Amino acid sequence: MSEAYFPVESGALGPEENFLSLDDILMSHEKLPVRTEIPMPRLGTFFLDRSGGAETDNAIPEGSKLELPLWLAKGLFDNKRRILSVELPKIYQEGWRTVFSADANVVDLHKMGPHFYGFGSQLLHFDSPENADISQALLQTFIGRFRRIMDSSQNAYNEDTSALVARLDEMERGLFQTGQKGLNDFQCWEKGQASQITASNLVQNYKKRKFTDMED
Amino acid sequence: MLCEKAMELVRELHRAAEGQLPAFNEDGLRQVLEEMKALYEQNQSDVNEAKSGGRSDLIPTIKFRHCSLLRNQRCTVAYLYDRLLRIRALRWEYGSVLPNALRFHMSAEEMDWFNHYKKSLATYMRSLGGDEGLDITQDMKPPKSLYIEVRCLKDYGEFEVDDGTSVLLKKNSQHFLPRWKCEQLIRQGILEHVLS
Repeated sequence: MSEAYFPVESGALGPEENFLSLDDILMSHEKLPVRTEIPMPRLGTFFLDRSGGAETDNAIPEGSKLELPLWLAKGLFDNKRRILSVELPKIYQEGWRTVFSADANVVDLHKMGPHFYGFGSQLLHFDSPENADISQALLQTFIGRFRRIMDSSQNAYNEDTSALVARLDEMERGLFQTGQKGLNDFQCWEKGQASQITASNLVQNYKKRKFTDMED
Repeated sequence: MLCEKAMELVRELHRAAEGQLPAFNEDGLRQVLEEMKALYEQNQSDVNEAKSGGRSDLIPTIKFRHCSLLRNQRCTVAYLYDRLLRIRALRWEYGSVLPNALRFHMSAEEMDWFNHYKKSLATYMRSLGGDEGLDITQDMKPPKSLYIEVRCLKDYGEFEVDDGTSVLLKKNSQHFLPRWKCEQLIRQGILEHVLS
């Protein structure tokens, strides 16, 4: 990993996303189901199968069910629900919440939308009556899974970790990586290599690329 | 409308393994700006119609486009800012002279920024430690000795040491050199620090 590159961190687990965070931008691109509460003229061209046609000024009719990205849903939502109302995606509903409380470790959180915790936290903005249960579920799921993540990241040295991270969501993968870095730094120190000056990974990667450029 | 092009820029950067700088996507950026221009113009005309033609039902549509504009803006600003963070990392990890391959990946403005950053850093370093200044980009790992053993990884040529003698850096030759002279070259991958 580059030693001097410090990207803007995600703020999704807190009250607001970080404007400049690439992780948050990717997270807020995920979709959720919404229902329009008012017709929206001239946008029918973007949702052709919903469009009311030319007589309605190409409107998306009231009461349409759409899948919109989080950023758009957030932008159009207000507490009077004048433009749209938001439904909870399945994995944050009662059914799945029970599965998580039974055994959080078996679930493939990467498949359930790779930003499970971040997206779930930002969902709380939509004032659903289930908010208290959702936040409890997010917390308890994480608590259930954390032990395994910590253990595996601290004990997998110099091996292929793809099986260990396959079912982790993005935030958990970040945690795993941090754990691995700590482990590697410690091993390096133990071997007495902590004072060895090295070419940074950045430089080594550029050198590798140069070879392929020359072969073209 | 749903900012797919802007998302492509963000994904491209996110994919580049930790800290690497991909080529500046001038084309992609131009397309995003064009999309923003189209959205803005559509909104302008709809706002006029809403005000003078009494079409208040257009307001949700205007809001929709406005959200898209803000999203495109966010993606482009984050793209440009993250690139600057990567370019800044280059100064610390590579040194003040970048290889040509990297320079081609930067836009003219980014090159400008890099030069300004270099200058600011140099001015700051000169202001530390009394008359001589202090090079804070050195000794990134705690030094254990003044002189270190290095092995040459590729041919570099003549290299002058402080007391005037010069050393020929040929591939696989080993030398015992002052730490502060070699640090740069080790970080650039030309020499290898050998631990005894």
